[in-house]
Amino acid sequence: MRAEDFDLIAKILKERSGLIVTADKSYLLESRLTPVARRRGMKGLDDLLGSLRAASEDLLREITEAMTTNESFFFRDIKPFELFRTAALPQMLQARAAKKSFRIWSAACSSGQEAYSLAMILKEEAARLAGWKIEIVGTDISAEMLEKAKAGLYSQFEVQRGLPIQLLVKYFKKNNEMWQIDPSIRAMVQYRDFNLLGDPKSLGQFDIVFCRNVLIYFDQPTKARVLDAISRNMPDDGLLYLGGAETVLGISDRFRPVPDQRGVYAVNRGGNGAPAAGVASLFSGGR
Amino acid sequence: MKSCLIVDDSKVIRMVARKILHELNFSTQEAEDGQQALDLCRKQMPDAVLLDWNMPIMNGIDFLRGLRKLPGGDHPVVVFCTTENDIDHIQEAITAGANEYIMKPFDSEILQAKFSQVGLL
Ligand SMILES: C[S@@+](CC[C@H](N)C(=O)[O-])C[C@H]1O[C@@H](n2cnc3c(N)ncnc32)[C@H](O)[C@@H]1O
Repeated sequence: MRAEDFDLIAKILKERSGLIVTADKSYLLESRLTPVARRRGMKGLDDLLGSLRAASEDLLREITEAMTTNESFFFRDIKPFELFRTAALPQMLQARAAKKSFRIWSAACSSGQEAYSLAMILKEEAARLAGWKIEIVGTDISAEMLEKAKAGLYSQFEVQRGLPIQLLVKYFKKNNEMWQIDPSIRAMVQYRDFNLLGDPKSLGQFDIVFCRNVLIYFDQPTKARVLDAISRNMPDDGLLYLGGAETVLGISDRFRPVPDQRGVYAVNRGGNGAPAAGVASLFSGGR
Repeated sequence: MKSCLIVDDSKVIRMVARKILHELNFSTQEAEDGQQALDLCRKQMPDAVLLDWNMPIMNGIDFLRGLRKLPGGDHPVVVFCTTENDIDHIQEAITAGANEYIMKPFDSEILQAKFSQVGLL
């Protein structure tokens, strides 16, 4: 691979999706883009990279999507979902008692497991939620993943990673070798195409945001920018859930960690004084 | 160290399961059918049972029903591990007192995920 080709594809990917590809990860380009090249009747990656300067929007989109990592599973890491059920849900039920509605965003939802896990939790709590209108919106940059999420069809392997057997029996039907999620759960989630680098305003405000296992692919300024945009789309008492390897500390003072709730962050409008902001300024130097 | 009883008539499956369980820090015992497994449980209750369905002499579901009737028989966490992968079988297993259910083929990732779901890890 020519150095200038690598630089160009890295620049394109960063601009379009925030993805950082470093030279030591260039094998990922090989494994994920070779199929794209072949589909276009090219020999391999080098031909594809050579054609980049004249590439159509369509091709650039396909390349960007092909480079995403879409791994997901139901109730991933369990803890955040328990915290959602035991802490966030009661908090929202109290804080929104007057209007009886709130909205949840699964930002970077991939094939839908995260959004559906939340939907199943709500379904299990249906007795307490009678009369409530709770919206779940799942968004992703990958059209292919959104299709899969909407279809709600999962392989035997996928339904065995994180999904308790009782919930499988209750909310899935076997469809040949695949497992189909129940229409009542499917109807609780709306899926939309959305790039996290864009302005989420058009999606409306979200009280609870799950943005998990996607910031890890971005560099610090991009993480800060995305966190900033998310916080502006949340009310003062909003809650953000990040992935196990992600934090706001040292990256953004728009959120602060919620004590004793690992991976959960509260909107921080104050800037100074709050613990998160104090720590953040230690790390971020020049902000 | 927690103990797990592996019940499967296939030597190969028992070996694979044993290897994974040792990596997860379990001590293991093995039985080739439900009857052997019940006898072992009468002597000493394991913390967990990884249980096949179709076996000669006594199958998995009959073992499970027998186990839950033994004194202390509600202690072991029972995880089915079988090629039976339709809702009816799964439902029957849950009703008989199974805590989790793995559909074969399985790998260490699935076993680990299921064991941590039921609090064994
Ligand atoms: C590893 S998955 C995480 C799925 C899920 N949140 C979870 O934790 O299991 C990451 C997802 O982020 C999506 N993604 C990557 N960059 C994105 C961007 N700029 N905007 C929206 N989604 C993006 C990918 O398409 C992929 O589906």
